[in-house]
Amino acid sequence: MSATTHIPTEARERPPILVAGPIAWARDNLFNSWLSTAVTLALIYLIVRGIAGFLDWGVLHAVWTVPADAKGQLDPTACRDAKGIGACWAFIGDKWRFILFGRYPYDDQWRPAICVVLFIGLFVVSAMRRFWRKELGYIWLGTLVVIGILMWGGILGMPFVQQDSWGGLPMTLILATFGLALAFPLAVLVALGRRSTGLPAVRYLCVAYVELIRGVPLISVLFMASVMFPLFMPVGLNPDKLLRAQLGIILFGAAYLAEVIRGGLQALPKGQYEAADALGLTYWQKMGQIILPQALRLVIPPMVNTFIGSFKDTSLVLIIGIFDLLTTGKVALAEPIWQGYSTEVYIVLAVIYFIFCYAMSRYSRGLETEFSRTARR
Amino acid sequence: MSGATTPDPRMTSARRPPSRGMALSWSDPWFRNIVWQVLIIGGIAAMIWFMVSNTMNNLEVRRIATGFGFLGRVAGIPIGEHMVDYDPAIHSYGRAMVIGVLNTLKVSVVGIVLSTILGTMIGIARLSKNWLLSRLAAIYVEVIRDIPVLLQLFFWYAILQAMPAPRQAANPVPGVFFSNRGIKLPLLEWQDAHSWTLAAIILGWIGTASWARMAKRRQEATGIRPAVWPAGLALMVAFPLLVWAALGAPFTLEMPVLRGFNFQGGLTLSPEYGALTIGLVIYTASYTAEIVRSGILAVPQGQWEAAGALGLHPVSVMRLIVLPQALRVIIPPMTSTYLSLAKNSSLAVAIGYQDVVSIAGTILNQTGQAVEGIALIMAVYLTISLSISLFMNWYNARIALVER
Repeated sequence: MSATTHIPTEARERPPILVAGPIAWARDNLFNSWLSTAVTLALIYLIVRGIAGFLDWGVLHAVWTVPADAKGQLDPTACRDAKGIGACWAFIGDKWRFILFGRYPYDDQWRPAICVVLFIGLFVVSAMRRFWRKELGYIWLGTLVVIGILMWGGILGMPFVQQDSWGGLPMTLILATFGLALAFPLAVLVALGRRSTGLPAVRYLCVAYVELIRGVPLISVLFMASVMFPLFMPVGLNPDKLLRAQLGIILFGAAYLAEVIRGGLQALPKGQYEAADALGLTYWQKMGQIILPQALRLVIPPMVNTFIGSFKDTSLVLIIGIFDLLTTGKVALAEPIWQGYSTEVYIVLAVIYFIFCYAMSRYSRGLETEFSRTARR
Repeated sequence: MSGATTPDPRMTSARRPPSRGMALSWSDPWFRNIVWQVLIIGGIAAMIWFMVSNTMNNLEVRRIATGFGFLGRVAGIPIGEHMVDYDPAIHSYGRAMVIGVLNTLKVSVVGIVLSTILGTMIGIARLSKNWLLSRLAAIYVEVIRDIPVLLQLFFWYAILQAMPAPRQAANPVPGVFFSNRGIKLPLLEWQDAHSWTLAAIILGWIGTASWARMAKRRQEATGIRPAVWPAGLALMVAFPLLVWAALGAPFTLEMPVLRGFNFQGGLTLSPEYGALTIGLVIYTASYTAEIVRSGILAVPQGQWEAAGALGLHPVSVMRLIVLPQALRVIIPPMTSTYLSLAKNSSLAVAIGYQDVVSIAGTILNQTGQAVEGIALIMAVYLTISLSISLFMNWYNARIALVER
């Protein structure tokens, strides 16, 4: 062998364009056998047809606006004519504020809009590792208080708005975020309880709670919160519907989160527990200073995945009649002049849910690779 | 919960002298643990007692009876799809619940089978060398996973409802109709001969299985494997066909016929059932695909290479070497995916398919017996979850690595 780089004989004999470059890439990855070629061609045909069909329906033949008469009533005739041929985006144009903010008073909808921005800001800040410290808790507390003030109002010249009028995207974010924020401490306690060896009664209690909740669908828990919970309370005391649904989501999410956290507690080397004991720390010192900070860090990626799941699951509150994003979409569809344009609404809703979930899942995956890189070092 | 210490037996026994008598001290972890447990259990018991007494009170105020006696009363709930005979004017709430459970099982079982097939195909497609195919599979997984399953169900339901009316139903093959009343299929008129044929198929299957076992023994003894497929063909295809022909080969199809505004006869797949099944299969397959992919990736490259070096056919490599090892990684997460599919089938209530949640919901609205209704729903799902877990654990133990 000479000192030059070794090139396989076969490659040396082929013209350079077939060894590197886009044509070689396509040969290797798209047309490397007759079966692969057939699959590629079939897929290209299907993709082109699909995209062309969607563009035809969603752009070329779509109705973007419909004329309004003197009284401001929209005339959906153009949409009705285009039905089945083109999309009716005029419907979304008319209803987008209702879909996003529900029955919140129209002139005050800047308040839930700010809340959405605050929520997103909160998520972004929490995602940055620079902020992973005690102060993050205060940031959460402060932001949630501000969101509460904005949504309810009643001070600073903002008119009071009842919970019954809240809806849309802010509602979905409230259910998901408060659900997470309150389920988290409960989940930590349950995970610790399930791992405690000195307190068998508490352990059995935690096992029973987790297994019971994980064995039944969220709907049954929501039904319980909406139908059974009022029976549990003393006569005359009837907590708000939203509060009850939120409670159901918290109890449900905590069981799943507890299992994730338990995984982190188990994954921690035993030496950490023993070292903390050797230092003579009390149980809470040991857990708070040594174990939990490490165990929780280990399970951040799966916790984000659990959060994605519970974000999607908030859509189930539709069934018990709470105005979240999916419900407002369905209600908008019930409007007499806009009946039958469900595909358009579902696409818009799907895009909104997708943006949130995709951002979270990308983040979780990035974190996972980063963690595994640090672990390998 | 404070005071729980590590499970160090030395500490507890050393701190607990044999002659402890009445000397209870707060610095004794054993004593502290007991106090804490009593306090916590006592607190929870008090809370439960508070809720139960409130419930009793409330039920009395609202004049709602307790107990499961209502299950015997006449239901009066119209149910569109029932796998057993049902008439709302005669049959009881209990029977309605049973129909609900059967409907839930119908969706869950079909959903689990189809989503496994679809998910496996997509998982393998993601590993394909064809760039376009693997990218498409990846996009499928990413998009489907990030959209709530309830929204997807609504989407499919809307599509199925937008089909033409029965009079304009699409009729691609004689006897098959697609309309907004669902999919109509011809139904085989079941006769005794069919039962015998079915029995023959089962017998043939047992025979083939024992033949295959014999073939394996022979292979282990002599190194030569007798062919299995001729026996399988003879026992599972030819033998039942002979039985069927001997009994006169009856074959009549009950065709769906358009009468008035709807179809009569034939087999119906309602749009509700269709939307629920399609939605759940497509959603769950995106999870299954990831599980299958990671399971196959978990098999070390050396196993493929070693199998190839032995000169095995690629199909045999997959069947004999890769799949058995991948299954060990795949089964545990697959179990939880199946569980979540069964639980997600409860979303039927949102699109009007009458599953157990939907029927129990109607019952509890009619009778007001919320506690019993929800207890029944939870009991049904806990039983389903437990059965799936038990079955999958049994299967997992069967395929698990037997270590020496």
